[in-house]
Amino acid sequence: MKNFLLSIFILVVFLPGGIQAQEEERQEIIEEVKPRNNECLECHGQDEYTYFNEQLGRDVKAQMCEDYIVSEEEYYQANHFSFACVDCHSSGFNEYPHPAEARFEQIYSCTDCHGFSESDEKYQFSKIEESYKESVHHKRLGEDFSCWSCHDPHTYAIKARESNNIKNIVSYNNSMCLDCHSDVEKFEMLSGEKKNVFEHHEWLPNQNLHFNNVRCIECHTEVNKDILVAHKVQPKKEAVRKCVECHSENSLLLSTLYKYRVQENRQKNGFYNGVILNESYVIGASRNEYLNVISIVLFFAALGGILVHSLLRYFFVKK
Amino acid sequence: MEEKTYLYPKWIRLWHWSNAIFFIVLIVTGLSMQYSSQDYQFIPFSQAVYWHNIAGILLIIDYIIFLTGNALTMNGKYYKVKRKGLIDRIKKQFYYYTIGIFKGEKAPFPVNEERKFNPLQKVAYVGAMYVLIPLVIVTGVALLFPEMIVHKVFGVSGTLLTSLLHIAVGFLLTLFLLIHVYFSTFGKRVSSNFKSMINGYHEGH
Ligand code: HEM
Repeated sequence: MKNFLLSIFILVVFLPGGIQAQEEERQEIIEEVKPRNNECLECHGQDEYTYFNEQLGRDVKAQMCEDYIVSEEEYYQANHFSFACVDCHSSGFNEYPHPAEARFEQIYSCTDCHGFSESDEKYQFSKIEESYKESVHHKRLGEDFSCWSCHDPHTYAIKARESNNIKNIVSYNNSMCLDCHSDVEKFEMLSGEKKNVFEHHEWLPNQNLHFNNVRCIECHTEVNKDILVAHKVQPKKEAVRKCVECHSENSLLLSTLYKYRVQENRQKNGFYNGVILNESYVIGASRNEYLNVISIVLFFAALGGILVHSLLRYFFVKK
Repeated sequence: MEEKTYLYPKWIRLWHWSNAIFFIVLIVTGLSMQYSSQDYQFIPFSQAVYWHNIAGILLIIDYIIFLTGNALTMNGKYYKVKRKGLIDRIKKQFYYYTIGIFKGEKAPFPVNEERKFNPLQKVAYVGAMYVLIPLVIVTGVALLFPEMIVHKVFGVSGTLLTSLLHIAVGFLLTLFLLIHVYFSTFGKRVSSNFKSMINGYHEGH
């Protein structure tokens, strides 16, 4: 209790200040990169752009291809907000019209930059890469699939560790999968197969509820103790299909979705167990220890009462 | 001389036994879901959910039959509780069950056409049929369509509260069932009241 009050005190007094300082620093960095990025975003920030066509001698309006649009708002909220576009993209893009070689640039992958610093240690990048290499995505698609296929570096924001809102984490996460898997054409382009995820999940009761409250990876990845978010996405036939894997006291969810918070705070005998603490309700995984004990005591008290009464009746009531 | 009174019309007997069957299915599947574990499931989880839902819906239909029957026939009057002197009557019945019966005293409220239930029985039936069953039905329907449930109540998941209430009331009804079956043995013979609930005739002492 003391600790609890103390942490509340610290939170109330110091946190707002800390958050504010962080926010100010962030804004400063953004102000610094913005002028450089604005040159790019002038065209790439929306779905249409205007350029001067020298041969025609006039301004031409054209449509920006969807894949080349970066939303300014999302970009500055994402993890890579501090970078200028040409920090990662070929400096050839500084020229306009962009030269052809620039377009064939080799793009960095996550582990070209990540995994070397001390602050990256907790993320276990090398283990993530190892897991990913064993995933169905890598095995089937090889070089055609990469970290970027799911983690758009322009919008990627770390969620599982930092957000307290499970619903947000879930919808953010699932949108990564559904981006391809719910788009029949896009999926066909990548895999050559025509599939509809929603049809494939028809067996799942309350499909909507599951899709909105549980991450796809809960059932479709192999859990890895060392990393927070499992990356070994499994082939279809290995997906979890047994309800009890989640709907039981030792719910799988405790080792995946709720892992981080459960590690921090596992109240075994409290009014809530780890799962409920995180605002979601999972049948079977949400037993209440107090009610359990009370109900067993009451049940046996009633049974005992009946037994005693019937014995007394048997011996003492004259017919 | 054998005295027999026709107390349980056909519709109440049909309601009662189908209700009892659905109820037992609900208890067994409910317990199985609540205590499912990866190593052992009494009934496979998805099967338990399926049969719990089916039995629940059938029980609701049955309950509507019970309400309608009691509203349209004379049977409803047995469920009217007169407040005046209720406590005294309950005390008397309680005394009979705990002490009187062993002293060979006569039951204070013998069954007859005007009085099918003794005071304790009446309170228990009214409590079960007009308080607990409606509660378990309302919470059960809510859990069947969880989108209906208020997302949060004072920061706690609405679904969790609904489910706790559902389970707690289900448990109380299970206790009711246990005690109810035991008190059904207080007929002329141990088996008499069970027979009455089948053939409709109550056997007097
Ligand atoms: C194995 C299960 C059950 C058995 C053996 C059983 C037995 C009996 C018997 C023998 C009677 C007639 C005597 C009396 O009125 O007390 C009766 C009546 C009754 N039972 Fe049950 N019962 C069972 C389950 C239930 C359940 C689950 C409920 C409700 C939740 C219930 C509610 C009632 C009610 C309301 C009556 C009075 C009906 C009337 O005459 O209006 N019973 N039961």
